[in-house]
Amino acid sequence: MATKNMSTKAQPKMQLVKTTPQVKAKTAKSKPVMVFDKKTLTGAEIVIQALVDNGVDTIFGYPGGAVLPIYDAIFQQKKVRHVLVRHEQAALHAAEGYARSTGKVGCALVTSGPGATNAVTGLTDALLDSIPVVCFSGQVPTFLIGTDAFQEADTTGITRQCTKQNYLVKDVKDLAKTVHEAFHVAKSGRPGPVVIDLPKDVQFAPGPYQSPEDTDISRYQPRTMPDLSKIEAAVELIAGAKKPIFYTGGGVINAGPEAAKLLAEFVQMTGYPLTSTLMGLGAYPMSDTQHLGMLGMHGTFEANWAMHDCDVMVNIGARFDDRVTGRLDAFSPNSKKIHIDIDPSSINKNVRVDLGIVADSTEALRAMIAVWKKRKYKANAPALKQWWAQIEKWRSVKCLSYKNSQTIIKPQYALERLQSALSKDKREVFISTEVGQHQMWAAQFLKFDQPNHWMTSGGLGTMGYGLPAAIGVQMAHPDALVVDVAGDASILMNIQELSTAVQYRLPVKVFILNNQWMGMVKQWQELLHGERYSNSYTESLPDFVKLAEAYGGVGLRAQTPDDLDRVIKEMMKTDRVTLVDICVDQKENCFPMIPSGKAHNEMILSPDAEKFDKTLV
Amino acid sequence: MVRQSLQDKKSVYGAAPVQDPVSSHTLAVIVDNEPGVLARVIGLFSGRGYNIESLTVAETDHTSRQSRITLVCSGTVHVIEQIHHQLGRLVPVHKVSNLTLEGTHIERELALLKVVGKKDKRIEALRVADIFRARVVDSTLESFVFEITGTTEKVDAFVALMRPLGLIEISRTGVAAMSRGKEGVHNGE
Ligand SMILES: Cc1ncc(C[n+]2csc(CCOP(=O)(O)OP(=O)(O)O)c2C)c(N)n1
Repeated sequence: MATKNMSTKAQPKMQLVKTTPQVKAKTAKSKPVMVFDKKTLTGAEIVIQALVDNGVDTIFGYPGGAVLPIYDAIFQQKKVRHVLVRHEQAALHAAEGYARSTGKVGCALVTSGPGATNAVTGLTDALLDSIPVVCFSGQVPTFLIGTDAFQEADTTGITRQCTKQNYLVKDVKDLAKTVHEAFHVAKSGRPGPVVIDLPKDVQFAPGPYQSPEDTDISRYQPRTMPDLSKIEAAVELIAGAKKPIFYTGGGVINAGPEAAKLLAEFVQMTGYPLTSTLMGLGAYPMSDTQHLGMLGMHGTFEANWAMHDCDVMVNIGARFDDRVTGRLDAFSPNSKKIHIDIDPSSINKNVRVDLGIVADSTEALRAMIAVWKKRKYKANAPALKQWWAQIEKWRSVKCLSYKNSQTIIKPQYALERLQSALSKDKREVFISTEVGQHQMWAAQFLKFDQPNHWMTSGGLGTMGYGLPAAIGVQMAHPDALVVDVAGDASILMNIQELSTAVQYRLPVKVFILNNQWMGMVKQWQELLHGERYSNSYTESLPDFVKLAEAYGGVGLRAQTPDDLDRVIKEMMKTDRVTLVDICVDQKENCFPMIPSGKAHNEMILSPDAEKFDKTLV
Repeated sequence: MVRQSLQDKKSVYGAAPVQDPVSSHTLAVIVDNEPGVLARVIGLFSGRGYNIESLTVAETDHTSRQSRITLVCSGTVHVIEQIHHQLGRLVPVHKVSNLTLEGTHIERELALLKVVGKKDKRIEALRVADIFRARVVDSTLESFVFEITGTTEKVDAFVALMRPLGLIEISRTGVAAMSRGKEGVHNGE
């Protein structure tokens, strides 16, 4: 037994679901459409059937001894496409990209031992960013578990802290219902990754299949409906505000497009300003003037000052992350705080709030709009006018200004040119990023007007996320334009996925802002460690153009500002995976910046911003 | 200028917050008795840096295969509230009750103590055991095994008194707890 049963009387079988008589009676009615034309299925076939019944059409994976029965089953059907990645970490990120761009659960399949351990980074990434993913891992046969067998790893042990839930299925009878529960858990409440570890003998064993409809998943039913009296109290607070701000996060995206629509409706009804976390970008259109841009460590001056000075803060689906709050004891000191979150443990975790509401963003927003309308609330117009006047003064600092150059490409300029080209393109545009300065610049300079079109590793900050995520997005949206904004260091962390993109003819564009440095590391060393640049310069970078060609893709390079538009245009035209090497200013730093341990009103501006006028505050 | 002031703080994280007073709380947690659930609960404590003082667990309902975990943990009010919510969001957890906050409750612990000694010490050990209403559950000419139940404080006091009297081994169960009155910690929610 790999996992010890906790009771003194060991019960060998895992019991997930209590089958009730009614549930059994339903079986006759809803027979699943079988993918495999047999009465009893093998464990491997049950997995595929369960995938189909849970609406999965694509799975990202990498084979190995312990999952061969599942690969064999994949070979014999056509309903589920398998995408062969080049590293298991990429399978998870691709599944995340797929999930984030579709709102569905992403799926991955890895082998035992090294396959599973390689998946750990991707699982942790999905946990911190609340992305619904189900990952199947192969395991050595049940009779070998615990013997240090070849390619054995204690996968459920290793992944326990980086999954929302995980399972080791030791009896094929439990398999179907485990998979159904896994999908339910991954997508319900606060979404997250789920691992199902499948010993090889269970994959071979014949067993019964039951459909999702016949499976009792009632033990996990997180609360989604808000407490109405709290909603009323919240709306009253909101209506009475003089200096309000909406602070929204990934929870609005996770709640689905309806939440974003309702958010826009409510924000426009009130006329209040809004700022978004990195994860929440796109929930409210950034081209709208009520959007103050992203907040936090590299957020805009106006967003952070408005957060600091507001009197009522309405947090919807964000979690007061330390990159957002800065110094906690100086965080928005004079505001009443409302926090709406689907996860009760997020409320009062980092910041004590005045009103915590456990709910799905969609339901909370719907209820707030109804109360606002019913009570005929109106914003305090004179106060709001004054508040906006103050915000406009902060805005006039133009905190994102940079000094452009004729000779050298500024990374910000490259992104502005990219944005301009993207907004002229008719295709649907999805952006992913790696991690570093380029990621923050992408968040600052690209415009996201819809939810589910922006994939970035926010919580874990995983270098190497962007390319596989873009692959996942492109698999789900074959006709869309998918761009991974990358750094030269990050892209090397999962560069092998170019091969995947080539194999599946995915025309992903990798837009490398190449400063030859781990720019973000360099920035901290410059500002905090006496300009001692320890190991942050990337010696011996590959020639990215040749590299792209070697993989069978297209390589392009821009060396001067004049090259930019031409190269971007060419990039947008290619129908193959394209690596664009943009040689940018090596010295540029990312501003504004709140040094950690500092408050929102202690942010550092770029020397290029319109001079910061102390009289503004 | 900017650089100078920044170099004072060399971390990418903020400073640690000042701590509020710490207190001890007893939680009752109803869980599905399935593999890994205890590991998940314990992992939550180690992973998030919470302190467990005692933990007991056993299956309490065979038909529905549910177990009750009684946890004594310490932390600030804020941390205890977090622990409560973090436990509550685990998939196999059905119900979390903070017995310390929800009215009065009873706590009991059982301990077995092996005391080895002769003559006066042996007689004194028996006398103390009698005062504490501990039972002798095994004896040889030179040793006793005592069984004692009571609050943690009572067991602690008994252990302290037995130490000079030849105590060589202790086994304690940890705390089992239940609220007073007619309300039960119901499953569900
Ligand atoms: C896997 C991983 N390792 C290390 C880090 C720490 N880290 C954060 S940003 C960064 C540098 C990224 O450099 P690059 O990709 O070139 O982007 P730039 O900052 O130059 O835009 C590093 C090393 C990380 N985030 N992820």
